[in-house]
Amino acid sequence: MYVAVKGGERAIENAHAWLAEERRGDSDVAELSIAQIREQLSLAVNRVMAEGSLYDPDLAALAIKQARGDLIEAIFLIRAYRTTLPRFGVSEPVDTGVMACDRRISATFKDLPGGQVLGPTFDYTHRLLDFKLAADGDVPEAPARAAEPGDVPHVTEFLNREGLIEEAPHDDTPPPDLTREPLEMPADRALRLQALTRADEGFTLGLAYSTQRGYGRNHAFVGELRIGSVPVEMEIPELGFAIEIGEVTLTECETVNQFTGSKTEPPQFTRGYGLVFGQTERKAISMALVDRALRWEELGEDFEGAPAQDAEFVLYHADNIQATGFLEHIKLPHYVDFQSELELVRKLRREAGAAQTQEAAE
Amino acid sequence: MNAYNFAYLDEQTKRMIRRAILKGLAIPGYQVPFASREMPMPYGWGTGGVQVSAAVLTPEDTFKVIDQGADDTTNAVSIRTFFERTAGVETTTATADASVIQTRHRIPEEPLAEGQILVYQVPIPEPLRFLEPRESETRKMHSLEEYGLMHVKLYEDISRHGHIATSYAYPVKVEGRYVMDPSPIPKFDNPKLGDMAAIQLFGAGREQRIYALPPYTQVISLDFEDHPFEASKADHCCGLCGTTNSYLDEVIIDDAGGRMFVCSDTDYCEARQAAGHKGKDAA
Repeated sequence: MYVAVKGGERAIENAHAWLAEERRGDSDVAELSIAQIREQLSLAVNRVMAEGSLYDPDLAALAIKQARGDLIEAIFLIRAYRTTLPRFGVSEPVDTGVMACDRRISATFKDLPGGQVLGPTFDYTHRLLDFKLAADGDVPEAPARAAEPGDVPHVTEFLNREGLIEEAPHDDTPPPDLTREPLEMPADRALRLQALTRADEGFTLGLAYSTQRGYGRNHAFVGELRIGSVPVEMEIPELGFAIEIGEVTLTECETVNQFTGSKTEPPQFTRGYGLVFGQTERKAISMALVDRALRWEELGEDFEGAPAQDAEFVLYHADNIQATGFLEHIKLPHYVDFQSELELVRKLRREAGAAQTQEAAE
Repeated sequence: MNAYNFAYLDEQTKRMIRRAILKGLAIPGYQVPFASREMPMPYGWGTGGVQVSAAVLTPEDTFKVIDQGADDTTNAVSIRTFFERTAGVETTTATADASVIQTRHRIPEEPLAEGQILVYQVPIPEPLRFLEPRESETRKMHSLEEYGLMHVKLYEDISRHGHIATSYAYPVKVEGRYVMDPSPIPKFDNPKLGDMAAIQLFGAGREQRIYALPPYTQVISLDFEDHPFEASKADHCCGLCGTTNSYLDEVIIDDAGGRMFVCSDTDYCEARQAAGHKGKDAA
């Protein structure tokens, strides 16, 4: 008899119970702690914080645990949580010039003030499985020395002094807030950067890669990539001045891009910019390349029809929470719509069949 | 769930959504942008409808949720449970007893009354989207009332197939002004949109749009004089309650491809069966 859709409620409860059991896995194996995830899967934690738009390593680690390691699902948990939080205020803009850098490299100058610091990078590791890690995880202590005193100046400042790179004029206009206002086109650069910093890493990487292969090519040099912590300051109305309320780790990438000049501008280098929560280097570089590609209009370049140049295409499809939700919703029942399509196709086929029979008879 | 506000959303957010709803009611069929929030269910699963419901629900309301016309489909169950937990409102499956009905893909068979609110979940609010993918362009087309492209599409359907080949999400014109997507309801339901006594609210969460039809609004399905709009359904009667005038789902019942047709509106069907009506497949 007709039972296809009955029992939805019990099915859901049972599915949830099964899911909880699967998440835990074999109970003879020790359970993961939040601290373990936070400390040992920190790059996953960083991605969840960046795309979840919430800087909280413990919550991100919890989300990863709850999501069974599915990072998009974890990002979703964080987003759904963050949207319920009251907003007390807005911080001062962070100054990446005072960053305590763990890593700072420039691909455009061999040496420069502040120095080249490789930091904890995979870059020059040989990608050989380390079977020792499967047995024991003890690591020898890494050599250490005191950091160079003083701030680390930005590479682009040196270029700017010679007028070789476009000015990045200071602008105090409060940026629009993607999380509180609907996204509307055309989007200015501040809004585009806001969307890109929480955009899906894979999508951003794919777009950035496409510019390198000629779809909106803008030949980027990594002028500078820096990773480290910066203080966050907030002005407290009762005090009347800004105080430091904490620090965040950021990855900042500034690209220096070719530009042949236009009718109004002499030849000079142009900028692409990426700034992302946590140690998220691939994402920050990708973001800078896509940022630069999206700037074609203000720089008087041609629109080549490349996906990475198309702000509507990029911004409306970069959010993995929107994308995954809509993609996966096609799992939901659609039998009402499908039924109406069935009726239509049957009708059209009937008529086509009748027409053919008639033609054959004639 | 005491950590959350009544109906989950905070009051500031509800106010923002209510403003969008009021604007939508004032300009029937116009898509109002709103700052959609991430909800604890995925985009594409009814977050627009859920936000609209959350903004209009009061503690005295009685709430009904249907998906594909049925109260017991999994996502309807999930959304109903969500509001039971976060708002503690009464819920019902009886169309007439509900003051707010959230729906996906159907309009209930039983005519709605004044004082009721029907909330639609909308995936793609833009009726012109598949003719023009750019939002900046489609908004311009709406403001200039430039709907020629839509008529050309419908005309091409007729010249190719002999019929307009749109069977659901069939576009309508509201009060002679805005072309509107009625959400993916089968075109069988389109005639119910116009002149309805209840308030109809449409929420698209991912696309950040709300639109509305106030009671007794004129809503006309697009057509041509020589190809008038036709509401269609399976040419059968319900196997369980025997009705001839409700929208039917086709259910495959055996390996030989045997099938039966049953009302998609489960509440309507059950009420008829309770009143003694019997279809040919009823036990």
